[in-house]
Amino acid sequence: MPVEVHHYDLGVLQLTILGSALLAAALLAALYAAGAAVYGGRTGDRRFVQSSRRAVYSMAALLTGAVVILEVAFLRDDFGFELVADHSSTTTPTFYKLTAMWSSQEGSLLLWAWVLSLASTAVLFISRNRHREIVPWATAVLAGIGSFFIGLMIFKAQPFSHLDPAPAEGAGLTPLLRNPYMAVHPPMLYSGYVFWSIPFAFCVGALIARRLDASWIRTTRNFALCAWTFLGIGLLLGSRWSYEELGWGGYWGWDPVENAALMPWLLGTAFLHSVMVQEKRGMLKVWNVSLICGTFALCLLGTFLVRSGVLQSIHAFGASTVGGPLLALIAVVAIGSTVLIVSRLDGLRPERRIDSVLSRESIFLVNNLLLVGLVLVIFWGTFFPLISEFFTGEKHSLAAPWFNRYVTPIGVLLVLFTGLGPLFAWGRLSGTAAKRLLLWPAVATIATIDVLLAASDAGGRPWALFVFGFAAFALVALAGEFWRAGTTRRALTGESHAVALGKGIARNRRRYGGYVVHAGIAFVLIGIAASSSFQTNRDLRLQVGQSAKVGDYTIRYDKLTSDPTAERLAFVSHLTVTRDGKRVTNLTPARNYYPSDDPSAGPIGRYFMGESTSEVGLRTRTGGDLWTAFQPDLSVLNPDIVRGNRQLAGLPPAAQEFAILALVQHYVQNPPPANFRVILNPLVVWIWIPGGLLVLAGAAMAGWPALESRRQLEAAYRARLGRELGTASEPS
Amino acid sequence: MDPSRKRKIRLVVALSAAVLLAAGLVYTSFSASTEAKQPSQLLQADPGGTYELTGKVVPGSITHAGDKLDFQISDRDGSHPIPVTYSGTVPDPFRDGREVIVTGKLQDGTFVGERDSLVTKCPSKFTTTTSGSSS
Amino acid sequence: MEVLLAVVIVVLVAWFVTAPLRDRPSAKPEDRSEAELADLEARKQAKYRQIRDAEADHTAGKLSDEDFRRLDSELRAEAIEILKGIDRLRQRRGN
Repeated sequence: MPVEVHHYDLGVLQLTILGSALLAAALLAALYAAGAAVYGGRTGDRRFVQSSRRAVYSMAALLTGAVVILEVAFLRDDFGFELVADHSSTTTPTFYKLTAMWSSQEGSLLLWAWVLSLASTAVLFISRNRHREIVPWATAVLAGIGSFFIGLMIFKAQPFSHLDPAPAEGAGLTPLLRNPYMAVHPPMLYSGYVFWSIPFAFCVGALIARRLDASWIRTTRNFALCAWTFLGIGLLLGSRWSYEELGWGGYWGWDPVENAALMPWLLGTAFLHSVMVQEKRGMLKVWNVSLICGTFALCLLGTFLVRSGVLQSIHAFGASTVGGPLLALIAVVAIGSTVLIVSRLDGLRPERRIDSVLSRESIFLVNNLLLVGLVLVIFWGTFFPLISEFFTGEKHSLAAPWFNRYVTPIGVLLVLFTGLGPLFAWGRLSGTAAKRLLLWPAVATIATIDVLLAASDAGGRPWALFVFGFAAFALVALAGEFWRAGTTRRALTGESHAVALGKGIARNRRRYGGYVVHAGIAFVLIGIAASSSFQTNRDLRLQVGQSAKVGDYTIRYDKLTSDPTAERLAFVSHLTVTRDGKRVTNLTPARNYYPSDDPSAGPIGRYFMGESTSEVGLRTRTGGDLWTAFQPDLSVLNPDIVRGNRQLAGLPPAAQEFAILALVQHYVQNPPPANFRVILNPLVVWIWIPGGLLVLAGAAMAGWPALESRRQLEAAYRARLGRELGTASEPS
Repeated sequence: MDPSRKRKIRLVVALSAAVLLAAGLVYTSFSASTEAKQPSQLLQADPGGTYELTGKVVPGSITHAGDKLDFQISDRDGSHPIPVTYSGTVPDPFRDGREVIVTGKLQDGTFVGERDSLVTKCPSKFTTTTSGSSS
Repeated sequence: MEVLLAVVIVVLVAWFVTAPLRDRPSAKPEDRSEAELADLEARKQAKYRQIRDAEADHTAGKLSDEDFRRLDSELRAEAIEILKGIDRLRQRRGN
């Protein structure tokens, strides 16, 4: 295709230079912020701390400008921007033009740095009049991380490189990424990773300044919750995408990159629970600082794994230039935090000791151990190829069966603990109270297990049986807690049941929001257990008109149609699904073939040799999914394609398209047998609905800022305490 | 028993459990793992062993015969092509020139892939090399 | 053209960032007490929540009377310390 000089060239060149200048200025601002913050922290000169805060605000503004320039370039199809030329095209839909920015290395680094700068701005603004000792150091850490990522962009992965002359058309977005889930998944994950840097920075600041009480935790609690939520959304979206869009039918493969997002989420979960113990009982301080440093290090590790080519994975690409520096940063963070924590151990002594096993503190401690154990197992399995290479010289890898074997027992125990934690109180739970509280949940567990043993073949799947039993335990325990919320408040205030329940929950959103999240997790695990242990999975080879039986269903392959558009050729299979003779549904799994730009494939062949994606035929019901995928056999077309390549080579595109349409029509009228994969997935939708939904709703509820009503309660307490003190203090 | 002795006992128990579990983990992971090899390494490896073969699909070598997929796999630089026969799920991104991972055994010069063990890497998103090639 | 724009932006940013440096060093003790006050207020609210939670746990029967009495008096003593600290700080500031 002849290359034209784009007549916007001059303007585009100016914009790329401006973008690079903004990046350079942002780097200077970040470096200055780090330096001024350290100086202000050491000397106590507030002016330098204020100046460093302004430098962080400026960094955010400059990076916003850079992002705007890049996104506008995508929208305007400025192919003089190399990034736009490589990842977008004139035919890309507008939504995907905007999201294409982060499908590239350079753009994703820009996203990382930009979100980091925005989050840093927010936290520094909120805490501008507080935590005077901690904030300078936290600023320095955040600015330091920011300068690292901006530096990576400037020196290793420049987003604003210029193409001269600019091509007339771009390469376009990979078809697999032209999907709403995949468009939104990276910003969710990166936000999750980035937000963990806020509590990390404040933890480092607290350690350096020796302000080791819970103030750094309180300030950054909402950021930690946001980080956890966004990572969770990223995991939910990624797994849903894999299930709905790939011709594989699974939602989790223990791929290194999946694990890279799961590990910080798990460790972050431990952190969110463990800090409660420090806030309420002054314990587990060393755990908390270690957990947040570990979580953040894992976030950087996740960012690194996708880009380094160190591990064989669906996503791990050839060695890229940013892998080395990222690994260096991870080492600095890991070693630096360890040294810092060890040097402050004397300040991290617990204020109390755990004096009873029957207490929430001890439950949370065991919870920490389970989650850390789980992360270590996943870490070991993920990095095993490197570990084995180090010790034996050969790369050995572990696959899903190994992960499932070791993760399942820990996961089953965790389901039990999502019910135990809410039941126990801070401090010692009396024995009689424990028996009373555990009674109904235990009954539910035993009843569930009995019913399942009698009514299904769950006996052969003990792990799933335990998951269902423990999930019943958790759900009944949580329901009991909600019930008690109403009755205890009623006992204190005399309100009606409904009002007492509503107010009791509203007054303690953090706790009951957390319980909602626990309920969601129970549903997620029910969905996982049911869909993995009770799955029916068949590969079929069907001729048109033929049917096959899968489980209770009969699948008949009715016909094949095609849907050729300018963007891709689609072959659509039409299936009728019946059960006991009655029609259940019609499904149309399809296969899309995107044309390739490779000239060696030939003018006809290139339409069949390019990217191929699956359209899954899915029927979702609460009780289970019917999942189908279709793989046509196009090999019979090969002789025609070869002949067409030869004979139609010189003809105009219109004639070639006509030939392709004729070829497709001919195939559709007399297709060879095709391969189908049919999966029956019981309860799988529970992972996302209600599971994922409750997790997100609960997190939102827990993080919702407090309202006016708290002040009234405070005034009442203040008065009571004041009376007992003998001094009446005015409410603030 | 005074509290601090109770605590020490709990600590010892927890640590021992952890050490035992870790030992179990390490031991079983070596026996459960498959060795990863490239085609050039496969030819020198023990015959009859199960390996995870990683390499590139040789362009023009893909043929579908009914349920079976046959292709050739080579090192990243294109050398040492080995024929592969495989049946099972074929991932969406699978085609000429793609990097793939398939687990199986070498039999009579042909690598027989285990069912559903074929993994194809997504097209390279994160190289910082430049201009315009979409594959 | 773009160079000029870049220079202008850098100058603006530099002016914004260095503005605090051109002030006189501020009166530190006053500022510090405000930050301490905010910190104490946060700790007070957290302590109130703990007292409230303990009471709810007791009413729900999770804590025995004896355990509750011990926990409650412990928490109230801590709350009183915080209140005393707030009052002392307020007096120093002249509120």
